Order: sequence, then C-alpha cells, then structure tokens
Amino acid sequence: MAPPREETVESKSSENLRVLPGDDLSDVFISTRGSKFRLGPGLRQEGETVVACKCGILRKKEPNDVFWIDNHQKRYVPVKGETVLGIVVGKAGDVFKVDIGGSVPATLSYLAFEGATKRNRPNVAIGDVVFGRLLVANRDMEPELVCMDSAGRSGGLGIMSDGGFMFQCSLGLVRKMLSPKCTLVKQLGQVMPVELAAGMNGRIWLRGKTVSSTITAMNAISSAEFMTESEIRLMVHRLQDSVSGMWSGIS
Amino acid sequence: MKETPLSNVERDFLLAAIRSGKRIDGRDTYDYRNIKITFGLERGCCEVQLGQTRVLAQVSCEAVEPRNARPTEGQLYLNLELSPMASPGFEPGRLSEYGVELNRLLERCLKDSRAVDMESLCIVAGEKVWQIRVDVHVLNHDGSILDCGSIAAIAALSHFRRPDVTVVGETVTIHTPEDRDPVPLSVHHMPVCISFAFFEQGKYLLVDPTFKEESVMEGNMVMAMNAHRELCTVQMTGGMLLLKDQILRCSQIAVIKVAEVTELIKKALSNDAKARSEGKKCGYAESLPRRRITTSVAEPQRVDTTKSVEMAQDVIDRADEPVQDLDVKSTLLDAGFRGIGEGAANTWLIPDAENEVEEDEDEMEDADEEEEVDAMDDGTSDVAARRNQTSVSQTRVAEGYHSDSSEEAETVTLNEEVLGGYKRPPVDPSADLDLSVALKTSQIVSSTSGPPAKKKTKRKGKKNK
Repeated sequence: MAPPREETVESKSSENLRVLPGDDLSDVFISTRGSKFRLGPGLRQEGETVVACKCGILRKKEPNDVFWIDNHQKRYVPVKGETVLGIVVGKAGDVFKVDIGGSVPATLSYLAFEGATKRNRPNVAIGDVVFGRLLVANRDMEPELVCMDSAGRSGGLGIMSDGGFMFQCSLGLVRKMLSPKCTLVKQLGQVMPVELAAGMNGRIWLRGKTVSSTITAMNAISSAEFMTESEIRLMVHRLQDSVSGMWSGIS
Repeated sequence: MKETPLSNVERDFLLAAIRSGKRIDGRDTYDYRNIKITFGLERGCCEVQLGQTRVLAQVSCEAVEPRNARPTEGQLYLNLELSPMASPGFEPGRLSEYGVELNRLLERCLKDSRAVDMESLCIVAGEKVWQIRVDVHVLNHDGSILDCGSIAAIAALSHFRRPDVTVVGETVTIHTPEDRDPVPLSVHHMPVCISFAFFEQGKYLLVDPTFKEESVMEGNMVMAMNAHRELCTVQMTGGMLLLKDQILRCSQIAVIKVAEVTELIKKALSNDAKARSEGKKCGYAESLPRRRITTSVAEPQRVDTTKSVEMAQDVIDRADEPVQDLDVKSTLLDAGFRGIGEGAANTWLIPDAENEVEEDEDEMEDADEEEEVDAMDDGTSDVAARRNQTSVSQTRVAEGYHSDSSEEAETVTLNEEVLGGYKRPPVDPSADLDLSVALKTSQIVSSTSGPPAKKKTKRKGKKNK
C-alpha cells in the first residue's frame, strides 16, 4: 500500500517475496503479462490490480505460472481436489456430515465409496475417520467429499479402521511432508514401519506396530515442523539410535 | 464455532495407551507438564504455562464500601474468562456451565481457604475497604485449566502490591506509588489445584490430563492443597465409585506435586523481586526468548564474468593439448599407503560404452555442484573455474578426445548463467556438438541476455550422443 513497499516490490525478484495484506502486487505480474497466470490462496484480483490478502511469502509454480502466498495457518480452507481426513459427525438421509476442519462440515454420499450400491451400504459409524478427496469446494457451497476416484476405485481413500491415531498439526507441516523434496516419511519408515495418511486439512492419521511406535512417530512428525532437511535427518538418526537402544534394553 | 469432535480412532487409541501405561506426550502417569511462570511489568500480572495450557491472571484493587455483614473485612473477587481464543468450543459472552464450575472451584480454592488475609484490607471499618479483583484469562486450553489457573491466581496475588493508606483522624490518604511504596497483600498460604483424571471406573489414574485425555476421561477429581498439606478443596465430577485407597493415593500425589509447584512459585517470585530490586529488566518482553534474525539472504547480484570466461577458454585450450605424461606413477597417499595408476590415461583398447555414459553423467553432476557453489558465493568462481579445469582435463586423460562436447559447453555456460543471472540464447542441438560454436555462444552470452535454455541444451546434448 505505502509507496516505500511498492519500491521494494519492484526492486526484488518476484519469487520468495514477503507480502502483507493489502500489498499491491501488480508489478510482480508485469513480467508475466501477455501469458496467463493463476492466482492461488492469499491473492485477490481487484479490478486491474492484484493484491495480497494474507501475510506470508509469495510463491510461484512454473508450469502454469501459479502464484500463491505461503504462510503458517491452522484453519483449513477447503480446496477442490485435495485429500483430507474428516470425522463423521452425523448421518442425514443419504449423506454423511463430515467435519474436515473447515467453516462448515462437508457432505459425503454413501454411494461415494468403492463398491457401494443402494443395497450395499458402506459401514460408517459416527465418529469414524474418513480419508476422502474434495469433489466440490466453493466459497458459497458445502464442500463435498468422495472416497473413490472417477473410475470407482478407492485408491487408498475410505474409512480408517483398525486402530491408529489421528492428530492435528499445522497446514504447513502437511504441505511440507507431502512435498517431493521432503524425505521425512521415507526416513521415518526406515526406522519404524508406520502406516500414514496425511490430509491437507492438517490432520495426520498413522498406525505403527505398537502403541509406543505410533506415539514416537507422531512426536517425530510434529517436531519436524520447523526443521530443515538435515535437521530431520539428524533427528531420525537419533530416533533410530534410541529405538534400537530400547529394543536392546528389552531383549 | 463448534469444537472439533473426537473421533473413535482417537478415543480407542488414547484408552489403549492409558491401559498400557503410556501417554501421547511421552509423560508417565504421575508426571506434570512443564510449568513456566512469568510476571508482567505491572504488579499483579502473572502468566503461567502448563505445557500448552496458558493462563494469564491480573490482580487489581479498588476502595469500596464493605458489606454490612462484614464491616471490617476486605473483599476478594475472582473472575474466570473462557474466551474463544482458548478453544473454539468456548462461546464469547456469558460463562458456560463448565466455566461457572471452574470459576466456583477457583473461588473455593482461594477465597474459602482464606489464602489472603481479608482483615488487613480494611481501611476504615464500616466505611472503606479494599476490594481485590483477580481476573483469570485462559489463553489456551490444553487441559488442566484449574491447575494452571490456581497457580496463576495465587502467584499474581503474591506479586501484587496495593497502594499504601494512612488514616489521620477522619481523613484517609491513598498514597501514589511515587509517594510511598505500595504494600504487598498478606498471603497466608498458597493453595494449588491438582487435577486427576480417572478411566475405567477409577482403574487408571492420570495426573494433569491434557485436553485430549480430558475428553476421554470418565471422571475427574480436583484437589486443592497447600504446602502445609492442608486440603483446601476436593471436588469430584463424573459418575464414578472410587475406593478410599484411590482417594488417599491421590492426596499423597497431591502432597508431592503441591510441594514442587509451591517451590516453583516462590522461586519465580524471588527471581522477579531480585530483578526488580537490582533495577534489571523484568516483565514479559524480557522473559520471552529472543528470536532475532542475525543473518539475511543476499540478493542475487551481477558479477563480472569475463575473467571466468577467459579462464574457461584457457581450460579448453589446454585440454586440447595432448597429454604428455603417460607414465604410471605411484603416489604416496598416506603414511605406509601408496596409490598406483591414478591420473593416467586409459590404456584399455576397447572403449567401454557404458562406462563412458556413466562418466558423462558424473561430469554433469559435477557441473551442477559447481553451479551451486557459484550461486552461493561469487568469490568462488575462480575455484569453480579451476575445478572445471581439472574435471575437463580428467576427462581428456581418461577417454582421450571424444566428439561430444556437451560437458565443455556446460562447464563454460554455467558460470555466467549463474553468476550474472544472464540467460543463454537457445542453442541449436546440432551446434552444441561443435566445441567452437558452443564457446562462441557462451562468449556472446556473457555480454547479452536471452531466455534460459541451459536445461534444454543439456538434455538435447545427451540425446544426440
């Protein structure tokens, strides 16, 4: 907004720019004039200009020139196509109401499961955790979840049954975990076998072989939020040492 | 805003963990979370952190008319605030049923146990007394609000100073802090609440339950006690039948915990008093860990690349010269450790096609590494150039001349591409095969700029091979 900030916008490169809500970012997009670009979360078009509506770091993804603002956030805003972990909070006719951490609960049709028909209803109880994909996520509509892909297969989606534990973390941690650069899950898997589902809504469900391994994996993941890749490696190494120490202590 | 519901998965896991004597934050059954007590700059302001639970207490005072029933006693008010900031489940405005229960318990713990001497708060009997008000704000709810709140309230009361008062005849003077030092309240003892959570009809017991544990517990018991082992309040909620032994065990645990907590409060108070008397800085701003940024990211800069281009040229010139020294030498690598055959030319007559490809790839990786080095610090460009030199000559030595010049082209281009942020014009893949053309383009590049084409060239060069 203020003139000095605009100057900084001009002088800095468009990538990794720190922005505040209300910042006029038109200058950044001049470089992409002529070609199309997309505005992601945190950016808004106002007439001719593009303004930021979150404080964070401006990020850019090359293929389609997608811009968005990356920040620390805990409240989930549903996005179409993202996979989320939800808790079934109620049944209303032929849909389940699922809490996905958004402003309103999402709906999940009982037919949106693999192999479900009108006769063959899926066995869903209130309080169950479902891993689903957001089919509809609009600003003014209830989000809609499905637990299968367009071909009708589950592809890992569905009800999380047989134990495990679900915990809440920041949205950034899940994004970090799922980014191809991050090796946290891979490394952790070498130390202890864990089954894991990470929802983009900041919920992570995991199941280790024992209660203590589940707890250890959970604490390792939640402590990795502000770690760099090398710190994560160190942390997992230490974990490995202590886990192996634990086992030798027992035997 | 509705609270996030508890899923069956979480409930089952938590109960299974408790049954096996484990807790999700790694504590033992009887362990307390870390307690941190900090005082504000203002007197009577105290914030307590119990794990993730945070409570802020602020004490204030006012001269009011006493109640008719107790004309010589001051008044103590306790006000608990559960704002939606603490947990999305808390509604703003009127206190919920849970809030009223907590408020009442806190009041019982502090007021009914006569922790603060009320008669010393009297100014003129029947006319003016001090009214002490404790506002307890829950900033974050992660279980055991009462434990945290009682510590904050009693610490704030002990930290508080009320203005001094003198009564001469009928005139009452309330002195300002500049005029006379404010006086502390007389706190007789420090009652502290300890929460216990019970599971499976009291079979399992946890001290200081977290929010998640509180949401799966069957019943809980709050015990307020002071360091003299005097019980101040006991309250049990949830339909449970506890054995006498169970309650006695709880009181035994409470004795130990209260002693520890009281020690902590006293230590925090004495630390604060010491800091104040020595004129050191105190208050929240001081107690917070500083997170200063001591390093910053350097902006990409334009660097003169003519020198490195020259050097690269030099490298290639020298590399074209035939290798003279083909003698096999043994070199002393370490004490009592000799290496043989390193750095010599390949005397194998049959060229190994696979090996060649591998080596090429190695070279590329090398080049990438150099790119990184350059990007980090322009001062290392010399070093990088020298490394280029060695790598190129190694290739020569190992394989003799081979027609593909893609690495050379890269070794040259990457320097200026990185250093100056200059971009290289798209290079025709066929031209890439010719060393001289590649060099020329690279030299042009150093003075002009164009769209980046480095990656593409790399790929194409490889394919052409």
